[in-house]
Amino acid sequence: MTAATFTRDEADPRRLLKALASQEALLAIAVIGLAIAVGLYNPRFLATRNLSDVLLGNAYIAVAAVGMSMVIISGNIDISVGSLIGVLATVSGTLAVNGAPIIVTWLVPLVVGVLVMAAQGAVIAYLRIPAIVVTLGMLSILKGGLISVTGGKWITDLPDSFHLANIELFDTVPMPVLLMIVATILAAVWMRHSATGRSIYAVGGNAEAARLCGISQPRTTVMVFALHGFFAGIAALLYATQLRVIQSTVPPNLELTIITASVVGGVSILGGVGTVIGSSLAAILIAEIASALVFTDVSPYWIRAVQGTLILITVIADILRRRRMAGA
Amino acid sequence: MANDPPLRESAEPSLLSVRDIEKSFPGVNALSGVSFDVAKGEVHALLGENGAGKSTLIKIISGVFPPDRGEVIVDGKPVNLQRPDDARRAGIATIYQELLLFPELTVAENIFMGHAPRAGLGRLDWRAMREKTTDLLASLAIHDLQADRVVGSLSVGNRQRVEILRALSQDARILIMDEPTAALTEYDVTRLFDIVRKLKARGVAVIYISHRLDEIFAIADRVTVLRDGAHIATKRVADTTATELVHLMVGRKIESLFPKITVLIGEPVLEVKDLERRPLTKGISLTVRAGEIVGLAGLVGSGRSELAHTIFGVTPAEGGDIKICGQAVDIGSPARARALGVGYVPEDRGTQGLVRPMTVRENFSLAALGKIAFGGFIDRASERKLAGDGVKRFAVKTSSLEQVAGKLSGGNQQKIVLGKWLANQPKLLILDEPTRGIDVGAKAEIHRLMGELAAQGLAILMISSELPEVLGMSDRVLVMREGRIVAEFSRDEATQEAVGAAMMGEHDNVEKVA
Repeated sequence: MTAATFTRDEADPRRLLKALASQEALLAIAVIGLAIAVGLYNPRFLATRNLSDVLLGNAYIAVAAVGMSMVIISGNIDISVGSLIGVLATVSGTLAVNGAPIIVTWLVPLVVGVLVMAAQGAVIAYLRIPAIVVTLGMLSILKGGLISVTGGKWITDLPDSFHLANIELFDTVPMPVLLMIVATILAAVWMRHSATGRSIYAVGGNAEAARLCGISQPRTTVMVFALHGFFAGIAALLYATQLRVIQSTVPPNLELTIITASVVGGVSILGGVGTVIGSSLAAILIAEIASALVFTDVSPYWIRAVQGTLILITVIADILRRRRMAGA
Repeated sequence: MANDPPLRESAEPSLLSVRDIEKSFPGVNALSGVSFDVAKGEVHALLGENGAGKSTLIKIISGVFPPDRGEVIVDGKPVNLQRPDDARRAGIATIYQELLLFPELTVAENIFMGHAPRAGLGRLDWRAMREKTTDLLASLAIHDLQADRVVGSLSVGNRQRVEILRALSQDARILIMDEPTAALTEYDVTRLFDIVRKLKARGVAVIYISHRLDEIFAIADRVTVLRDGAHIATKRVADTTATELVHLMVGRKIESLFPKITVLIGEPVLEVKDLERRPLTKGISLTVRAGEIVGLAGLVGSGRSELAHTIFGVTPAEGGDIKICGQAVDIGSPARARALGVGYVPEDRGTQGLVRPMTVRENFSLAALGKIAFGGFIDRASERKLAGDGVKRFAVKTSSLEQVAGKLSGGNQQKIVLGKWLANQPKLLILDEPTRGIDVGAKAEIHRLMGELAAQGLAILMISSELPEVLGMSDRVLVMREGRIVAEFSRDEATQEAVGAAMMGEHDNVEKVA
């Protein structure tokens, strides 16, 4: 029994290989590689205008995927987020059109998002009802409520100051992209270094073990849903302000796109594993693929099939990895 | 060890023979050369401590997994049992402790699941199914059960009868029953015995597994004792006594893997008085002092883990008092227990102890996040130090602190689950089966650490199903049975026979604890 229980080898070349094989690195490589490949086929793809459109138009998905990743890592799932984003965007737009101060139109979606999601988290955690059932119920309530209240009427004549995309940092980085990057980095740091972030991984990895270590699973679940609601609020703002109109409906299959981004980003659907950086990268990759289809003259309707394939590949890889771990 | 040749009833030829079965799992030798046989119309009991190899043996006979070596012979012909279906075809049926029924379906549907009578064009013949069920019920004189009853509405005893009928409907000639009375009321046990006797009269061979000696004397013809995966003896029940069986079961040399250190025993750390939490914690009183290791012995299901859960706040007490270091406390959650300086190493490290996808570092710090987090953020340097110290102190064999914990061997995982509590500087550790399923080397190290921790003044309450461990490690031994503490022994009084007898409830004149 010597102290030399480690057999670590700093110079091990496999460590570099291992780092490169991480989900985040693979996604970053894929994002860049795809851009180059499609750029070679059709240089217009690389035009600043197009790349900026891809980022601007999908930043909200990346932000929502950050919260979704936290939820999935904690061992839950949320399918109501797409509808919630639709509702929050409409609420925010309605306030703006009716002359509410801009700061109010920006803050209300955040607060409402946190409250709705925390309430769902509480029902899931304290009444012990599976997350998929609770959020399915909420999905219908929000979706149905929205269409009934607005009658599907579009919100137009939004004040100019409402549009986040008009604000640019150093005249180059538009606000939505900045928010996406900041949200991702803050969330990543928080998940990796905070005690609560660690609890989220522990509860998702083994709820019983976490409980027997004195970690409160219900509290963690409510917390994670509240945060998810906060990110959904930001996503709703980005969504509401990207166009001149708000359609007052829920973007079709939005929740599925968000879940896809999380899963493709390396978050294990079984909980306990994954990072928020991966899911943001995956959101960008999916958006990039959709744009690439257009620029390579492939029908954009293929994007769903591509998303599906990506999901299956990552989930199968995840399951195989887990099985190998269990066998070891 | 296994010199005792299996005795043969000369009158009846064996229906089932098991010859020289060997089976090992990674790191564990589960069965080494076990042989026994069962005659037509015989009830043959299998007896042994937890981990003696009974479950492995019946799983081999029921085709759950094949043996490494040896053969199973039915009617004089060797049968190749690769999967459960092979066993079914050989006429072997098994009734497990957890009944495998469909609660939403009727009695008849459950009995004929998988082999329902057909009426042509692939349709089910409901009438035939119902009639056959009624016949089966009549053949065992069961009058309070109807073919159309939904199984979910039945009592445990009646569900078990459905399983037995299911076995008979498949013409099973060899019936294995794994602790069939564990969840039954006394009345249901009587009825079960009636049925077993009827089966016996029909020539069915029954392999009966039970911990309860009185049942074995009531129903079995012969009994085979297993210990540590080896065949110890086969006796005619008429020729043996309970004392002899207990002796055969536990009569193992106590190999002291790590010599017990004598330490100064201090003030009481844990004092429990009249603790109640139904159904399995009934009026428990006990004391554990600083530096003392108290062993908690008992059979599976005697309420030991439930007691641990109640003390640790997982299932808070419904009555009674707990004092920690003389202070009356109310432990409503594990977080509260942790704050009071109590640590708990659960029985099943895979499902309750380790967060498998997390790294060694993260698992080590899980119970002490509050101690190493500042302003809500974990201080990485403190965490690395904490985990590094743990790895060194427990000699955890891992390639690095960043190794995923699920990939380590069982022994190393257990060291982490135990070690994570020490960062919290606990006063009391409750260890539930601390060395189950780990190899001898890791076991010795955990025993050494327990000794060291006690020497440093930690109070340890150790639950163990291995008598040598209980006797070797404990300063005092408490025995639980059916939710109560039924005996207490000092280190000198605690012999295998005495503790074993108290566990089995062989005689009730064991001293009651005040």
